[in-house]
Amino acid sequence: MSKFKKKKSGELPPVSTAALPDIVFMLLFFFMTVTTFKKDDYKVAQKFPYADQIQKLDKTDPVIYIYAGTPSKNYQKDVGSQPKIQLNDKFADVSEIKDYWFNTLNTDLGPEFRNVAITALKVDGETNMGLVADIKQNLREINALKINYTTRNGNSSKNFEK
Amino acid sequence: MGRRNIPEVNAGSMADIAFLLLIFFLVTTTFEQDEGITRKLPPIPPEGVTPPIIKQKNLFTVLVNKNNDLLVEEEVMDLKDLRQAAIDFLDNGGGTNEKGEPCTYCQGKKNPESSDHPNKAIISVRNDRETEYATFISVQNELVGAYNFLRDREAVKLFGKDRSFTKMDSILSHPQTTDENLIEDLKDKMKTIKDMYPLKISEAETSN
Repeated sequence: MSKFKKKKSGELPPVSTAALPDIVFMLLFFFMTVTTFKKDDYKVAQKFPYADQIQKLDKTDPVIYIYAGTPSKNYQKDVGSQPKIQLNDKFADVSEIKDYWFNTLNTDLGPEFRNVAITALKVDGETNMGLVADIKQNLREINALKINYTTRNGNSSKNFEK
Repeated sequence: MGRRNIPEVNAGSMADIAFLLLIFFLVTTTFEQDEGITRKLPPIPPEGVTPPIIKQKNLFTVLVNKNNDLLVEEEVMDLKDLRQAAIDFLDNGGGTNEKGEPCTYCQGKKNPESSDHPNKAIISVRNDRETEYATFISVQNELVGAYNFLRDREAVKLFGKDRSFTKMDSILSHPQTTDENLIEDLKDKMKTIKDMYPLKISEAETSN
């Protein structure tokens, strides 16, 4: 009776992978839209403190970044473990901030943004205020007064949980 | 001549190509954290100008020492009480502003020992060089929170529930807000509120 051929046992039909490209493309588009290209490699710790009274910076805003924090482990034997400033992707001294600020303004943003450029201070939570005060003082001296302390969104009491 | 069948393109490697792209984007991009407390630094005063003398009662001093303890108006305080203390100080309205008008919208205790008018009230934050940045941000956050609380309250009173100060601010800074009239309207309303409670937080130079 050929009509009732016995099914071969144990052979599952192959899983169709036709939809796999679609799934992967979906993931791809997700990452393309929500992430941005890495600007700089962080050489310092970047664990921002929490705050909830925050404003979002838009991608189109003219922003100049200054990083500060404890150097990561790989660099500690070269530069020590005290908190450091990082400009672009190099460790820098406080005195280099002014040059860096004007260079970034003129090459990346355009001199017309002189008075509206926002300086984002991406400072690690465990940095001491002395370094931050030095950065602020330098920014005041070049009249770059609009700043933004980058924080994570959350209740500020989380800052004291260790 | 029969119509020739075009052979189907093999799409089997499509997934591989997509994976390749996906991994490229995973590696080269990051989730950017671009939010924070926006603040304007005070400009450096020109030489020879002496800063105006501020009455002690219009000054709310917050000291943060190197052990991250708070001293508010000469008293030790917990961070969680700071916001309410700042609100009480700002909203006191015990006197008049520069024009001699009393604060009609203040709901404070009208204590003559505390601030005269939100226009005159100044919050001064001083910290040690050894203070931790996280503490500084927490203090700033609480103080901005106090201002936002008062501004929201007045905005809701004047313009209704949908127009609280923080909401207007988030609408205004949203990149998809392009309607000119709306922007003008919001800016106008926000200015009214800002004039009622101008943000005066001085971040004095750190002491050693």
